[in-house]
Amino acid sequence: MSRRRLAASAVAAVTVSLAALLAAAPAVAETIFVSNEKDNTISVIDGATLEVTDTIDVGRRPRGITFSADKTQIYVCAGDDNRIDVIDIASRRVVDSLPSGPDPELFVLHPEGRILYVANEDDNMVSAVDVVDKVITAEIIVGVEPEGMGISPDGRLLVNTSETTNMAHFIDTETQEIVANVLVDSRPRVAQFTRDGREVWVSAEIGGTVSVIDAASREIVDKIGFEIPGIRREAIQPVGIAITEDGGRIFVALGPSNRVAEIDPQTREVVKYHLVGQRVWNLALSPDETRLYTTNGVSNDMSVIDLKNDRVIKSVGVGGAPWGVIVLP
Amino acid sequence: MVRIVPDRDRRPRAARHLSDFRRYVARSAVALALGLAPVTATTAAAAEAVTIRIAYLTQEDRPQTPVTFLEPVLTDAGLQGARLGVADNDSTGRFTGQRFELVEAVVPRDGSVAEAAQALAADGIRFIVADLPRSPLREVAALTDMAEALIFNTRAPDDSLRNDECAANLLHVTPSRRMLADALGQYLVWKKWTRWAVIAGPTPEDAAYAEAVQRAATRFGATVVERRDWTFDIGHRRVDTGHVTIQSEVPTATQLPDHDVLIVADEHDRFGEYLAYRTWQPRPVAGTHGLVPTAWARVHEQWGATQLHSRFEKAAGRWMTARDYTAWAAVRAIGEAATRAGSADPAAIAAFLRGDDFSLAAFKGEALTFREWDGQLRQPVLLAGPRMLISVSPQDGFLHQGSLLDTLGDDRPETRCRL
Repeated sequence: MSRRRLAASAVAAVTVSLAALLAAAPAVAETIFVSNEKDNTISVIDGATLEVTDTIDVGRRPRGITFSADKTQIYVCAGDDNRIDVIDIASRRVVDSLPSGPDPELFVLHPEGRILYVANEDDNMVSAVDVVDKVITAEIIVGVEPEGMGISPDGRLLVNTSETTNMAHFIDTETQEIVANVLVDSRPRVAQFTRDGREVWVSAEIGGTVSVIDAASREIVDKIGFEIPGIRREAIQPVGIAITEDGGRIFVALGPSNRVAEIDPQTREVVKYHLVGQRVWNLALSPDETRLYTTNGVSNDMSVIDLKNDRVIKSVGVGGAPWGVIVLP
Repeated sequence: MVRIVPDRDRRPRAARHLSDFRRYVARSAVALALGLAPVTATTAAAAEAVTIRIAYLTQEDRPQTPVTFLEPVLTDAGLQGARLGVADNDSTGRFTGQRFELVEAVVPRDGSVAEAAQALAADGIRFIVADLPRSPLREVAALTDMAEALIFNTRAPDDSLRNDECAANLLHVTPSRRMLADALGQYLVWKKWTRWAVIAGPTPEDAAYAEAVQRAATRFGATVVERRDWTFDIGHRRVDTGHVTIQSEVPTATQLPDHDVLIVADEHDRFGEYLAYRTWQPRPVAGTHGLVPTAWARVHEQWGATQLHSRFEKAAGRWMTARDYTAWAAVRAIGEAATRAGSADPAAIAAFLRGDDFSLAAFKGEALTFREWDGQLRQPVLLAGPRMLISVSPQDGFLHQGSLLDTLGDDRPETRCRL
């Protein structure tokens, strides 16, 4: 290596570490994966530089995205190909696929890591997919256009939302039967258990609210509305929900209002609105919970919110119609 | 529109789904019998399912072949939408102990729509999805037998029905001509294409469409440079060398004062399709053809519309038309009100539909509600090109103190409806 090239790489190294420092310096550089619904790709973003480092080709209409239990693989719903693609994180390419039932949109992995519960949007059912044997082990009929999938921390209770039936269906994972149906506001999108498993938060896109459901009694105990000065009420469409490990901070993506609301779980009041990219859909916290990443489906980018200073620090251009986001420590 | 054949790969899948569904019904019947059916506090007790009956009322049309070869001749436009709506309602009803039944009343061409409506009323049906033009619709709404019923106009765009001819038992799901014209007008003004030439067909409906366009021009600051009646009798597409006569007649017919856009009013699809690319001046065509303001189109895929298309195409084997969409929305509105009101009582459902708490998610990006002053469903209007969705109105920059959706059609201060 010539002396000049040595110098150049030293400069590069300094630049990188500076950039890392400037970007609120996560203790360990994380990697962010974003599914791009219109591009049929996954964007890979380096958490230190906040640059896209890779783009992985997957099946058609990728939306739901989640890690395998050991975090060596990523599962992606390829809705228009009626399958789940399996990405090997090390080689960053699709190495396998799983059956999913028709039109998989969103899924959740059982905490034990073997069963993926998949919402089959076109067929009004939830499929249970064994990721080891690669077979569908159960099909549970739910309401019209199943979408949101949440699972309790102990894995016993699965919650699916149906967008046109407007319900949160509570499913016992042991018996694979529905045990309760809770009517929520119009077009429920995401169901998210609190980390203690006591509450399920369900967003309603057209209803414009988030219902807080008691997981034991399966009753709505609170309903959170949103108001943003200068924004039409119709543009406030709650979708993605992210909850910190200690349950102290809850974030809700508000769609075409281009805002993410932070909610105080004690008072259940909005404490702040963050302005992000256009039509913000889904959210993911960084492992150390110092950052929140958002997918913005219309502006084709990902916003990065610094949660220490409560500021949006960067937008990262990704693929077409970014939908889901997950973060690898 | 293209008649589509269900994907061959999916056929066994759909068949399996049906058997799953039957198994489910059997299973839930057992659960219901055991009193295990879970219900929420707001829904009716599900000890046994109650049935809500909805009639779909239409009359056979004279067969008409569309001018374009790409559109199939439909004999079930509207009906398939109502059927899907009932299927959607029933999926929800399984969880709330409500069943929905569609009674399909198709009156022959020489039959009496009024008599059919009376028979439905005698049968105890209170919800009528009316796929009817203005005149038979008015006749049905005025029947004493229909005083207790709620009729959903899913087809007639006439503004008179929302004004002097409005009725207490009539809700309008299909957008009015003024809503359509305003939706197009807002977009053209946003584009700064403000000089409009209008060419109108010979029917009263075409004249009403042209008047709605004129009104939109006045409201939004555009100018109709000339309104001309279509008086030509052009060669048919099916005749060999038919294009030769069309090619020579359309330029003559469209020699109009300078304009930015040519707006065509041809609701019966007689000539509008022939205009594009043949006009005297090189101008875009909009209105009933070209860039079309409409309740629904296959080119629309936003806000989950893809799912509705996909469900519909699987069930009907063809694309969903605007008439299918409005029939679907009417049936879904009844279902939504029944679920939310937790009641199968027609009076309770009707009250909920008109109340403040009602809203319908219908793949248009925001909740749809009924205007209290004339019973019209507030809704965004699609602006559909032949191959792509061009825009959705209301447009940015048009303001309203209440709902932006009320910038389309007759607003409260303008209505002549007195209920």
